[in-house]
Amino acid sequence: MLLTKQQESILNGEKGETLAKVMKTLVMYGEAFDAEKMVEVTSRYNHLVTSFGLGVMEPVYELMDTLLKEGVRSGQKFTVDPRPLDPNVPTTLLQDLVFKVFMYNKQEFYEAQLNKLGLLEKDAFTCTCYMSEVGNVPKQGEVLSWSESSAVVYANSVLGARCNRNSGIIDIMGSIVGYVPYFGLLTDEGRKADWIVRINTTRKPEAQLLGSAIGMKVMEDVPYVIGLDKWIGDELNDEACTYLKDFGAATASNGAVGLYHIDNLTPEAREQGMSLVKENAREYVIDDEELQRVYDSYPVIWKDRNAKPKLCFMGCPHMSLQQLKDWTDTIEENLRKYGNRKVLIPTVFTAAPAVIARFKETDYYPRLQKAGIILSYICPLMFMNNPLCSKMPVITSSNKLRTYTTSRFYTDDEIVLQLCKGGL
Amino acid sequence: MKQFKGRIVTPGTCKAQAVVTHGGFNTLASLQKALQFGDKSAKVSDQNNPDLYGKPIAGKALCLPQTIGSTTGGLVLFCACQMKRNPACMLFANRIDSLACAGSVLASVWSDTRMPVIDELGQEFLDFVKDGNMITVLEAGTVNVE
Repeated sequence: MLLTKQQESILNGEKGETLAKVMKTLVMYGEAFDAEKMVEVTSRYNHLVTSFGLGVMEPVYELMDTLLKEGVRSGQKFTVDPRPLDPNVPTTLLQDLVFKVFMYNKQEFYEAQLNKLGLLEKDAFTCTCYMSEVGNVPKQGEVLSWSESSAVVYANSVLGARCNRNSGIIDIMGSIVGYVPYFGLLTDEGRKADWIVRINTTRKPEAQLLGSAIGMKVMEDVPYVIGLDKWIGDELNDEACTYLKDFGAATASNGAVGLYHIDNLTPEAREQGMSLVKENAREYVIDDEELQRVYDSYPVIWKDRNAKPKLCFMGCPHMSLQQLKDWTDTIEENLRKYGNRKVLIPTVFTAAPAVIARFKETDYYPRLQKAGIILSYICPLMFMNNPLCSKMPVITSSNKLRTYTTSRFYTDDEIVLQLCKGGL
Repeated sequence: MKQFKGRIVTPGTCKAQAVVTHGGFNTLASLQKALQFGDKSAKVSDQNNPDLYGKPIAGKALCLPQTIGSTTGGLVLFCACQMKRNPACMLFANRIDSLACAGSVLASVWSDTRMPVIDELGQEFLDFVKDGNMITVLEAGTVNVE
């Protein structure tokens, strides 16, 4: 790899042994992908995936301590994925004990480390850092050192920024030295589409299902999607961006997609059109039957598949402000329709702290409360990732949560029936 | 015995018994229980991986196409190395993915663990190798299977 004089001096230890090791890590990482050079990280803020103070992650805290002791700091302020705990979310005494004593017993310690390294502000914990209320919104063409998969795919696809699907720790290292290796989705060639996906459905496809179907088909490749603009429009407004947030998270978790293009909608597709598609691109056609096939293929890993759901999580990734408002209307309307006053399953809607604060200023908030729904900044995935919660029958319309936990997937319409009617 | 040649991601030599997965290795789902509950043999906890579920992988030669799953995967692998619950080596049929690469490099630079990682061994390697085969990783990315 060709390094600039400045990069070489860091690698040679002229700025200390610790910074040299950080640079060596990034160089080795890049060389594995034949990166020819390192390029500057140009976004204003970084975003880190590791938000949880899990006791067993001691080696991570030791590494952070090594950095801090040497006076190393992130060159950018950063936001971080959601916190794993929130007292607003209903738990049993045993769960509380397990969470606080055995699992996330390093939470305070780790958050103190993040503060010293460059946390943007004390509540900068969300997977949707790109919401305008949060303010970590990269511009088109900017180079990032992010790692949260749903945020990476959104930044690449909807915002036109450039970022690889990095791992935790690599993310902070990029903003410590200010460079990342130039390969994959940072390059023009790496952003070209390997697949054409044609949407031939008779109704608007559910974002989470469509993303899942595409992710499972193309895995880590780049898809160019034709025909979706018919259903979500050709303007990146709140509604379309919310759709793409959920769609993208499903492509990234059910597969390993880091970038997609939507014909007539996403920035690079609007500018370059079909010239983004590689010559030998494969084709995948999605119709109503294909979406049904994908839905039917999801395993139900509850012990008793007929168990009554004990909890419903909505918002993985975190919900947008508009999504919270729309869901408030939908829940109210359906509670009235089925003659109920409150939802029939304990339900948690999750969103970024900044989005929650903004939502609380609206008249929707008391209406959501009245419907019995809990609003939280928690990471449902972190909440579910333990033996106690994994035995609970939890439902969700998030395909990411379904993939990584034992929660059971239902479409949005089915979730409404479960919550407002008490069953399908 | 059959010999395969791959590309070195992190250097080193070792001799260990093979454990093989034909599907992607979900690092977080596979290792989280072993790390969390003190299982030094690192039995795989990913219920979606029938090839590996319940099998110990610490000290074994893990043969796989690539890793999949959460982007915390790299740091989970790094933690497994620091806690000595890592495979003896990782042998990829495909080109290594960014998450496994990050974990291997972090372990190589920031820990004392020496876990040779070889990629691009080819589909033929994954078709040939079976659980329990003795694997020898030599220098220059050569892998012997017997």
